[in-house]
Amino acid sequence: MLARTKAAHEALDAWTREIVEWHFDPETGCPFWLDYARKLDWNPRHEVKTYADLDRFGFFQDEWLRGGPVRRWVPKAYADRPIYTFETGGSTGVPKSRINVEDFRIDYEAFSNELPDEFFPRGSDWIMVGPSGPRRLRLAVEHLAQHRGGICFMTDLDPRWVIKLIKRGKMDEAEAYKQHVVEQALTLLRAHEGIRSMFTTPKLLEAICEKISLKKAGITGVFCGGTEMTPQFHRFAVEELLEGAYFAPTYGNTLMGLAVHKPRLAEDDFAVIYYPPAPRAMIEVVDPDEPARIVGYGETGRVRLTTLTREFFMPRFLERDEAEREPPYERYPWDGVRNVRPFNRLQKAVVEGVY
Amino acid sequence: MAAVRHVPILRGGAPYRSLDTIRTPHYRTREPFVEISQANAGLIRRDLRNQEGARATLAAFRAKELYGICARASGLFAESSLPLGDAAQSPEEYVRQVSATTGLPNAMVRRNMQKIRTVLADAEAVVNGLTRHLSAEVFDAGYAGDVSYFPRSDSLGVVLPSNSPGVHSLWIPAFAMKTPLVLKPGSAEPWTPYRIIQALMQAGAPPQAFGYYPAGHAGGGEILRQCGRGMVFGDAASTRMWQGDPRIEIHGPGYSKIVIGEDSIDDWEKYLDVMVASILENSGRSCINASGVWVPRHAEKIAEALAERLAQVVPRDEEDEAAQLAPFADAGVAARIAQTIASELDGGLDNGAARDVTARYREGGRLAVYQGCSYLLPTIVLCDSAEHPLANREFLFPYASVVPVRQEEIPRALGPSLVVTAITRDRGLIARLLSSSNVGRLNLGGIPTCKISWEQPHEGNLFDHLYARRAFQVAV
Repeated sequence: MLARTKAAHEALDAWTREIVEWHFDPETGCPFWLDYARKLDWNPRHEVKTYADLDRFGFFQDEWLRGGPVRRWVPKAYADRPIYTFETGGSTGVPKSRINVEDFRIDYEAFSNELPDEFFPRGSDWIMVGPSGPRRLRLAVEHLAQHRGGICFMTDLDPRWVIKLIKRGKMDEAEAYKQHVVEQALTLLRAHEGIRSMFTTPKLLEAICEKISLKKAGITGVFCGGTEMTPQFHRFAVEELLEGAYFAPTYGNTLMGLAVHKPRLAEDDFAVIYYPPAPRAMIEVVDPDEPARIVGYGETGRVRLTTLTREFFMPRFLERDEAEREPPYERYPWDGVRNVRPFNRLQKAVVEGVY
Repeated sequence: MAAVRHVPILRGGAPYRSLDTIRTPHYRTREPFVEISQANAGLIRRDLRNQEGARATLAAFRAKELYGICARASGLFAESSLPLGDAAQSPEEYVRQVSATTGLPNAMVRRNMQKIRTVLADAEAVVNGLTRHLSAEVFDAGYAGDVSYFPRSDSLGVVLPSNSPGVHSLWIPAFAMKTPLVLKPGSAEPWTPYRIIQALMQAGAPPQAFGYYPAGHAGGGEILRQCGRGMVFGDAASTRMWQGDPRIEIHGPGYSKIVIGEDSIDDWEKYLDVMVASILENSGRSCINASGVWVPRHAEKIAEALAERLAQVVPRDEEDEAAQLAPFADAGVAARIAQTIASELDGGLDNGAARDVTARYREGGRLAVYQGCSYLLPTIVLCDSAEHPLANREFLFPYASVVPVRQEEIPRALGPSLVVTAITRDRGLIARLLSSSNVGRLNLGGIPTCKISWEQPHEGNLFDHLYARRAFQVAV
């Protein structure tokens, strides 16, 4: 295990050098980072040798992603490619935008390798009961289905509207909207017999299972994410909602990509444990008061993301989440996170809807 | 340090240990004292899909059988060891546990325990009071003669407070009226509803009749949305979203008052004990405690006399039988209340004047620290008019204003008042009080505001909340 962890670390260092070289090379890099480098009194291309050296950039500011011009994030190497922009949050103010060319496909194809074919049968169809609109998930899940040989049936869901309703205290309307989404899903499930796999959020999974039996509907695999997932929800889903369907919880967002879950083991007592798609992204747990310091294994801290792809370079971004640091696991020989939840000190500001 | 006890969820009466828990501290040591399983909203909704089944189980009992179960449960509640999670809880442990998380002195918990015991023991009389002595056949057969009632709901959902155990006596009659209960306890008082449920089940109640879901705010909302009828306890802010929902009975601040008429005011000294008891009992924590004494004359003398009496009440050890004051589990809340009163006293010039009459009789300030805990000492504020911001206020400690008011302005000037004790024989005043929609309960004569007749409704009649009458005829 030690050798595998060491190898993973070396691979991460090498990948870091490659990505920094790419983003700070005037031939390939994006205007934002090239401009950023001009203001530095050091040269990232020469001085970043390891993943740890990324600390020299300080912390990535989420304000940098709010507003335009969004093309400043497009690497010159991709200037002629079709560009997607995906957004996060956005219930109030300007949402953060991340440009994409192929990343969502690469990430979800990698994720596909982690799904058991027995429960997410290749060639069978999917249903996506999650956010539509400007979110990466909408295209990513569809691509996942297509990559596995299936067709993805879609529903309409605007999570920003749900958050507005909740903030206004209009719980009845939020509930009615949730039922509207569930009804869309049930209609599709009844009309199309070949659907075996589902993406949905924890709250929508509950709502769907209040109306139908997943087993009777033919669902054998549920890929679930988008909002906080507690161990209690994990247990509740496995014991009472899924009726034997495989449960694949995920943690991800537009900025990072998506982390895979550690297979459920009795000794983990339904803890929800994720590993990032290293080396393309890393999730670390840091001391909230000293966010350059990674906490010890098992200790609680704030989640810090680093994204390292050719399309997007985001070093040391402090997420609005907290978690415990999890040691490497056989299949994923790098750090993971346990029981991610909204960062305690920011909790009052966060309103989670159905997404 | 003793091991932290665990309080599970009850799903259809069966314990369920959640992976999501909160720990409520001991009010004094601030050490975790109890771990409480928390129900996720989806679990609550899932359980509540079959409320008809729970009702059918209770409906299979005759009303008299349910009264009998309540009567047996009263003894079990007060005298027996009952399950608490994986362990047993003796009555004495129960008293100490309630004290530990709420700060209520042991003696006050015991008094509340007796209240609950009485309601259980006299469930039949309580239900008869609520139904105005309808035949039990109305519950068993659905009608008696040409009188028929139908249940408005398959269950009663209740979002409970943490301030005092006595409040639990309000929902107990629902069980006797064949209505399953779905309870969300307060985070500092999980003990009493759990123990009542255990007593009822040991006495023969069907477990399916009870859901007990400690949960966060979202869980409470889920219970009130999913149950056909509900009750919610809380301040104006936390209950606002249920205002105007006829399914939900709101139990907020009481603004209970004592009113003395012109005809009796010169004898005010005779009623000093009634006033003191109304303000002080249960450490002033209940909505039925008086928070105002409204009088046509002698306001200053009355305020001075009350202040002199109440200033003798000081913090004591929780085990002291003479303890009459409860500390604030959250010192910050006590400090905020003290500050609110102080700023209203200082800033009342625009609205008239007010004076803390108790200040002269006690040593030190209103906010006191004893054994490391924050207490608010009894406070009597003499206001010069009903318009003063402190005239019609309620706080979670023995607080009352003394307000001069012309008799003809009563009851209009009182505003909404859960309990009014009117010390008068004046027919005109009594008639006005009787016809006022602002008066929830009316005591005529020297009856403390907190003295409860269990056969009388409280803030709405539970029977009327749970049942509605239908037109009914039978062919001869």
